[in-house]
Amino acid sequence: MRRVSKDERSRIGFTLNGRAVSGEAEPRMLLTDFLRHVIGATGTHVGCEHGVCGCCTVLIDGVAVRACLTLAVQAEGRAVTTVEALAAPDGTLNALQQAFQKYHALQCGFCTPGILMSFTDYLARNPHPTEDEIREVLSGHLCRCTGYAGIVAAVLAVSCGSPN
Amino acid sequence: MTGLGEPLVRKEDPALLSGRGRYADDLPVPNGTLHAHVIRSPHAHAKILRIDATEALALPGVAAVITGEDVRKLTDPFLIALKQPVHQWSLAVERARYVGEAVALVVAESRYVAEDAAELVAIDYEPEEAVIDPIAACGKSAPLLHPACKTNEISVRKFAYGDTTAAFAAADRTVALMVDYPRLSFTPLECYVVLAEYRPHDNSYDVLANFQGPFSTHPVMAKALRVPGAKLRLRIPPDSGGSFGIKLSVFPYIVLTAVAAKVTGRPVKWVEDRAEHLLAASSGPNRITRIEAAVTREGRILGLRLDQLEDYGAFLRAPMPGPLYRMHGAVTGAYDIPNVDVTNRIVLTNKMPASLIRGFGGPQLYLAIERLVQRIAVELGLDHLDVIRRNLIPTEKFPYRTAAGALYDSGDYMRAVATAIADGRLDDLKRRRDAARAAGKPYGIGFAAVVEPGMSNMGYLSTLLTADARARAGPKNGAVSMVTVNIDPLGAVSVTADVTVQGQGHQTVLSQIVADRLGLNPADIEVMLEMDTGKDPWSIAAGTYSCRFSPGTAVAAHVAATRMRDKLAAIAAKQLNILPDDIEFADGQVRSHYNPDNALSFGRIAGTAHWSPAMLPDGMVPGLSETGVWSPPELEPPTSDDRINTSLTYGFIFDMCGAELDPMTYTVRVDRYVSMHDAGILLNPLIADGQIYGAFAQGVAAALYEEFVYDENGSLLSGSFADYLVPTVGEIPKLEILHQQTPSPLTPLGAKGIAEGNCMSTPACIANAVADALGAKDISLPITPLRLHALLAGEEAPVPLGASPPSPSPLAGEGWGGGSRSIGTPVPHSPTPTPDPSPQGGGEQARSA
Repeated sequence: MRRVSKDERSRIGFTLNGRAVSGEAEPRMLLTDFLRHVIGATGTHVGCEHGVCGCCTVLIDGVAVRACLTLAVQAEGRAVTTVEALAAPDGTLNALQQAFQKYHALQCGFCTPGILMSFTDYLARNPHPTEDEIREVLSGHLCRCTGYAGIVAAVLAVSCGSPN
Repeated sequence: MTGLGEPLVRKEDPALLSGRGRYADDLPVPNGTLHAHVIRSPHAHAKILRIDATEALALPGVAAVITGEDVRKLTDPFLIALKQPVHQWSLAVERARYVGEAVALVVAESRYVAEDAAELVAIDYEPEEAVIDPIAACGKSAPLLHPACKTNEISVRKFAYGDTTAAFAAADRTVALMVDYPRLSFTPLECYVVLAEYRPHDNSYDVLANFQGPFSTHPVMAKALRVPGAKLRLRIPPDSGGSFGIKLSVFPYIVLTAVAAKVTGRPVKWVEDRAEHLLAASSGPNRITRIEAAVTREGRILGLRLDQLEDYGAFLRAPMPGPLYRMHGAVTGAYDIPNVDVTNRIVLTNKMPASLIRGFGGPQLYLAIERLVQRIAVELGLDHLDVIRRNLIPTEKFPYRTAAGALYDSGDYMRAVATAIADGRLDDLKRRRDAARAAGKPYGIGFAAVVEPGMSNMGYLSTLLTADARARAGPKNGAVSMVTVNIDPLGAVSVTADVTVQGQGHQTVLSQIVADRLGLNPADIEVMLEMDTGKDPWSIAAGTYSCRFSPGTAVAAHVAATRMRDKLAAIAAKQLNILPDDIEFADGQVRSHYNPDNALSFGRIAGTAHWSPAMLPDGMVPGLSETGVWSPPELEPPTSDDRINTSLTYGFIFDMCGAELDPMTYTVRVDRYVSMHDAGILLNPLIADGQIYGAFAQGVAAALYEEFVYDENGSLLSGSFADYLVPTVGEIPKLEILHQQTPSPLTPLGAKGIAEGNCMSTPACIANAVADALGAKDISLPITPLRLHALLAGEEAPVPLGASPPSPSPLAGEGWGGGSRSIGTPVPHSPTPTPDPSPQGGGEQARSA
């Protein structure tokens, strides 16, 4: 166990979307700040910093977590996945992203990355959810623009789930 | 297929879906940029005796601690719409007037260090009595927010239209109601962000901020910073995480961060966090309305009287009191009422200053009008829908000039209502109501008819002043929209416009409009909406607010693209040796209409203007850049008798819903919600429906969940997203949207504003449904389980003598179980609404269940 003093910046490394990244951070630095301002992956957004809005959702070892409630040091050595990983290198959107465009499931786009990451995790574990199950996952996110209707439709369409 | 009017998917989406959005906090900052943290007042009202920053300044990495005294020296108070000594700087000066008011700014190498240093700043306050309740604030003995005003009720204006006295004299009876619209905010998920640089050599500022407009606030900022407008360059980032009116109020922080850049000599960045956003960013004003109607026995409204007391909090920020005057011309709503008297009062209290919010005066007005119309039906023993239809403006009266001066451009209200009822299966809804009531469950049906203004007349606010004050100051009116279409030497089309991006798909719709005019594909049109006051044409009306896009900027794009089309037609006609009238633009070609083979590619024609100006028709100005300016004549200044056409277009919304109350958990479940919209021609139905879904969710939030709750000494009790209940998907009922398209005759595209309607109609419609379910008269929002319990269960029996000491009052923030998220929201100590003594129809049966 490495001992680090409160103000000391230490080097933290993990894989981000399949590539090794590292940077310096104090123990108290949030994973959101580390991703956005040390690494420069600004696709992850910050909406509340108290774990309610879901904008900051990323995957750590495949599981959806709130990056604003995670310290950067906790990601050491893990596999972090963010919204930047979803589209193909040439920009082609994956099925979930295409469904979001088709069903107008986003407007300002600020909550979108977090929602995409929650469903990337969830659909991997439950590929054909019911509408109620989709709504349960989505209830962990706040969206102020769309009224959620398009998001539920998009996830239902891409997972050929059964509407209520 | 050019796609105007088609539900095209958005070209904005691919970047936003793959984490490539460019929001303000994503953008690079200059080297050496410092970071700021605001220290905020814990008191609602207090003198600031002393600020000691020595310990904070000693912390390594701290560059400056800026206080109200610094700000008072370096800047002037913000201009306000009223001639009243209500002085606000970007920090509290001498006195803090609401919990959360910015008192000092710490500037350091990082936000973390700035927050550490903030805890070392010692501030001595002398707390003073605060006043929170707007009615109490009007009282003679109320503590004064701004002593120089000698009152907190800083404006009272009376208006009289038609002959209201005669109408009330002729009436069979009057029906009256008092309505209290709460304080809430549509908190965008992205908070405020400002990056400011000061350039001493020419005393100028360069600021990036997710400001949303209207840009009539730019002069307010420039004057506060004591520089001419051209020396305050304001740039808006390509993306913004929602605004809903709230990000107008970043402007005091633009001035504060600019001052910090000047004081430290380095660029300064400030990112607002959620806690301070909920505490002090902005909120809609709360309004208490006494409304009274003079009615005939058949429910025909002859005249209205409204007394509107609107609580703007601690200061009157520019452009307040917007909400109190934005709807002024439309104060009679969707009804044909020739006589109306209005009294508009502005009161200040020790709360966060109110400002822009989606709906902007509509929700407050329509809660009063539509609840009153329901009360007219109840008290006259008539059917609510019949009373609505008896008063709606008849189709043949359009364009309709209202008593207070609004010009409703077009509408077919009766057909919209008929369609909503038929397709909405009103009869089926009544069956569901009767079945629920038979099973002992309170169930009600609510209606709301709303006229939704689009694109504000920038002169509406001057109605606040008396006619002679307006004459002295010079008339104010109109709304200017500006769009520029450029074509580059290879024939590629790009567009800039005077809107700020917040998520409404403006790039997509602008590309549809320009492509339609030039016979191209929307995908070929590049739209750049990062506003830059240093380089883009802009007017005081620029920005995204009051639904100005469809009736305004969209038309300016049509004007610019049409002028570009005519120019290209003249160039092509010369080269194709035909008359310009014979030219058509289609499939990327410019060709003869009658002989399509006689054609040239769009790029070829465009190239001519760049590569060989000599080939241009005689007298034609070279270059391919056209700026379309659209300023509709109908937006006239207020008349000498205070009539004002407050907007250019007026859409119509008719909502119908069924709501069931759970007698165990006292939660409201919306069983069905139908919303009929007539917003003229829809430029992109997919995006238009998206705006309706969003406004509806915010309407539901205002009706059932969201409220800023203050205790009696002004502390905010809803300071996190765990207490301030922004609805999740679980709380938003299914919405059935219906459309009718009565074109606006006042714009070439025929499109009206559409994005605020349900913020105005949904709170009133749900309140009417709950009133019908309970037979209750006073429904205060949001309709939380605590409020319903107080309404249904009434007062608890007094504690018998000799028993244990009384338990805390049931109204004091007691947690309630039940419902997915319906945690009991603390209820302020407003008087418990008393159930209506004259129960009606099903309500009676429900209440005795």
